[in-house]
Formats: sequence, structure tokens, C-alpha cells
Amino acid sequence: MTVAAHAAKELRRTPLFDVHIQRGGKMVDFAGWSLAVEYPTGIVAEHKQCRATAAVFDVSHMGQLLLKGDNPARALEALVPSALEGLKPGKARYSVLTNDAGGILDDLIISNTGDELFLVVNAATRERDIRHLASRLPSLDIVELADRALLAIQGPASPQVVAEMMPGAPALNFMETMAVEVLGVKCRVSRLGYTGEDGFELSVPATHAADIGLALLDNELIRPAGLGARDTLRLEAGLCLYGQDLDESTSPVEAQLSWVIQKRRREEGGFPGARRILGELSEGPKRKLVGLRPQGRAPARHGVEITSPTGEAIGAVTSGGFSPTLGAPISIGYVSSAYAEPGSEVGLRVRHQLLPAIVTELRFVPHRYKR
Amino acid sequence: MPTYFSDAHEWITPKDDGALMGITAYAAEALGEVVYLELKEAGFRFNKGDVIGIIESVKVASEIYAPLGGEIVQANSAPVENPGLLNESPEGDAWLYKIKITDETGLSGLMNPETYQTFIATGDRT
Repeated sequence: MTVAAHAAKELRRTPLFDVHIQRGGKMVDFAGWSLAVEYPTGIVAEHKQCRATAAVFDVSHMGQLLLKGDNPARALEALVPSALEGLKPGKARYSVLTNDAGGILDDLIISNTGDELFLVVNAATRERDIRHLASRLPSLDIVELADRALLAIQGPASPQVVAEMMPGAPALNFMETMAVEVLGVKCRVSRLGYTGEDGFELSVPATHAADIGLALLDNELIRPAGLGARDTLRLEAGLCLYGQDLDESTSPVEAQLSWVIQKRRREEGGFPGARRILGELSEGPKRKLVGLRPQGRAPARHGVEITSPTGEAIGAVTSGGFSPTLGAPISIGYVSSAYAEPGSEVGLRVRHQLLPAIVTELRFVPHRYKR
Repeated sequence: MPTYFSDAHEWITPKDDGALMGITAYAAEALGEVVYLELKEAGFRFNKGDVIGIIESVKVASEIYAPLGGEIVQANSAPVENPGLLNESPEGDAWLYKIKITDETGLSGLMNPETYQTFIATGDRT
């Protein structure tokens, strides 16, 4: 077998790098950042920890931006298909930046802090996003918060874990956000995440990130989890990974993200790629992102061809692996709409073999958000 | 009988009635939790460097390369049925194949335990 050589490239470090090392994190290159893929407990244990009690993830590689100026919500509506003018202070919304062809440039969380919009974007796309926002929204001031870390506290015990440090946070509902003071510094806590579980994301000054991370880990209900568990958790929850399940060719309708397009935007349009996206909303897309349950034990990963039962190409797997919750392989991928109905029988071409699989809903485990 | 090691992280122990082979503890650790194993059947003949199996962990899919030429006498069903055994006992109960070595010179290209330890520590096998 092949074992990756030690990384020679100079990688960016998050403010929690030393904490990862102390905890025995196995560090890997992720979008140019040195991040822990797992700790000595391993991906499966970290995954189960998050589903059963709580886990904390360092997601400081993600881009944090502020949009300031005259009505930034109205301005940003020119670049996303979601309604932002109706987004009340203290509320957050998931959306996508679309291109003029109706493809997706990035997916992101947009929060209304009261005075400005707070955006969290993907690490690999943050520079392109900033250029895109700056060139298309010249009236706004776009501030990258490069001196802030981001911690995701996820799992059913998350409210207990954060209550001591942030007494107001457990009162938030899913997709709500508030300013808080933690260890004497100003932070922002939002009730959302990328695991399908209840949880919080905490934006903190880099200078205090390690202290806050260690204070969280004092609680025995929570343990650190790495990028490996983050990926298996989000895949089970049917949550898309940009660059894999979403890209500049996939539309939000194909990706089963039509729910990000609120009624007013469907009626008014006025966002990049509206012609294709509104057309797909009324006529139906040619392909759809679906869940797949391989019938054997072999995982079908990114790039595997999806076929009709007789072997005719109908799509491709975009993410796949092993589900610790189900104890079985799971995948998601795009298929021709004729095969998108749950229960459809399809094939997966894994290493010259055609393995049978069943189309399912995109989410393999129920979401457990606090509504 | 001594155990030999390949630079693709397989071990092989010649015995009177053939040789046992598997993946090393270092390889199992690097893979992480193994969830799927696919092996060739008895009678399969292979040359050095051929793919003779697939290991998938939660993280990654990896091919098993033949450390020398031979023929499979027996594939071990235990780690196929319980892939986690490869993490628990990669150099013991989770051996992969009993093989007949057809390429005796192949052993001379492999490493002894001390050289392999240096190899995994430094990437250097001299």
C-alpha cells in the first residue's frame, strides 16, 4: 500500500495548532492549512462522541468576513438567490453565491449582527469570494476578520457545554446568533453547524482561541474531533461539501438546495444565473443530488460512476465513504432525474465491478436542530 | 523463520509449507480504522508489484501490492468478515494470505526488521 510522505509544504497554522499537537492530533494539509484529521481515539470514536454527547472542531481555516455599508443585505441579494432584506437582526441564513450560468461559486452562512452582515465562507474559496464581493459590490466595505478563530461545538450536550461560559447561548434557536463575552473578550456565538446535530459555532479573537478551546475541553462531556469525523458527520447528515458536491457547474436546484431561494426571490429573480435556476425550479432539473446505499460493504467514493442497473452511465458519486452510525457504506452523487426517486435501483462502477445500490433521500440520519 | 518487509508496508514470513503475508502495524496505523477488505482467491498467481487486494479505511482506499511473485494458497477470511481485526492485529491474526513463493530471489529485495524500522522512521532503506 501507499503511505503519504511527510508534508514538506509550508502550511498555515490556526491559533489552536499547539492544542492539536498536545492532544495528539494527526496533522494534514487541508486547503493549505495544517489541521487535525483525527486524534488518537480515531474518526469513528470522534464521530460517535459527537452524535452521543458533544465534540469540538477547530474550523478556524474558514473565512470570516464583515459586510458594512448602506443596507448590505439589499446589496448582497444581487449575488445570492436568498432573501436577505427580511433577515432580522440576530438571525442567520445558509445560502450560495451563484455565477451568471447558475452554478455555485461557494456556499456560506450569512448572519445579520444588527449593524452589518457577518459571513462565514469556505477556506479554499475565501480569496476568490472576497474578490468577487469587492468587484460586484463596490458600495460595501468588505472586511476580512483574519485575526479570528472559529470553534464548532456540536452534539446533543452542546447546550450544557456552552452554558457555563455563555449563559445566554442555550436560549438561541437554530440559525440564531448573538454577541457574547467569553473570558473577558467579545465573541459571537451562533446556533448552527455542519454535523446534523444541535450545536454552536463560536467566533473568537485569535489571541484567546487556545484559552477558550482549553476551557471548553475542561468539560468532560466534550472531546476534540478532527476533519475526518467532520466529513463523515456531514455526509450522514446529507450536507454538501463545496468543491466536491457543489461547484461552478452545479445549480442550487440540482443540489436539492431550492429551499435557500425564498418566495420573493423566485418571483423577482435578480440574482446571477436566475434564468437557469428559475427555469429548473419550474421545469425540474436534468440531474439531482441523491443519497446512495451500496448494497455490499465496499464504499463508493468521489468520482465513482453511477449507472442504470444495466450499466449505462447516469451520473457520478461526489462524496462517499463509511457511515459509523449505520455501520455501512453511504454515498451522495448526481443522477439523471429519471433515477432520482428514492428506491430506484442503480449500479456503482467500483474498480471494474458493477455494484448494486439503492437511491435514498440525501440525509441518512435525521437532523436534530433546536427549532 | 525471519520476517521480511517491503517498502509498500507488507510483511512476509516464509514457513516450511509456504509463507504468510499481511500489512504492517505501521500501515494499519496510517490507514486508520479499516472498514472493508477485498482479497483475491486461492489459486491466483501474481508477479511482484501486482495489486492483490484492496483495503478501505474510514479515510481512504488503498491497494495491496505483491512484495514478490507467487501464488495464493489461502486467503484469510477473518479480516474480510471483521475488517477491524486489521487494526487490532495486523501482524498476527489479520494476516492476509498464505502464499507459495515462486520468485525466491524476491526475498533478497526485501528489508529485515531493523532496516524496515529505519525506513519508516526516515524514509531511507540503506
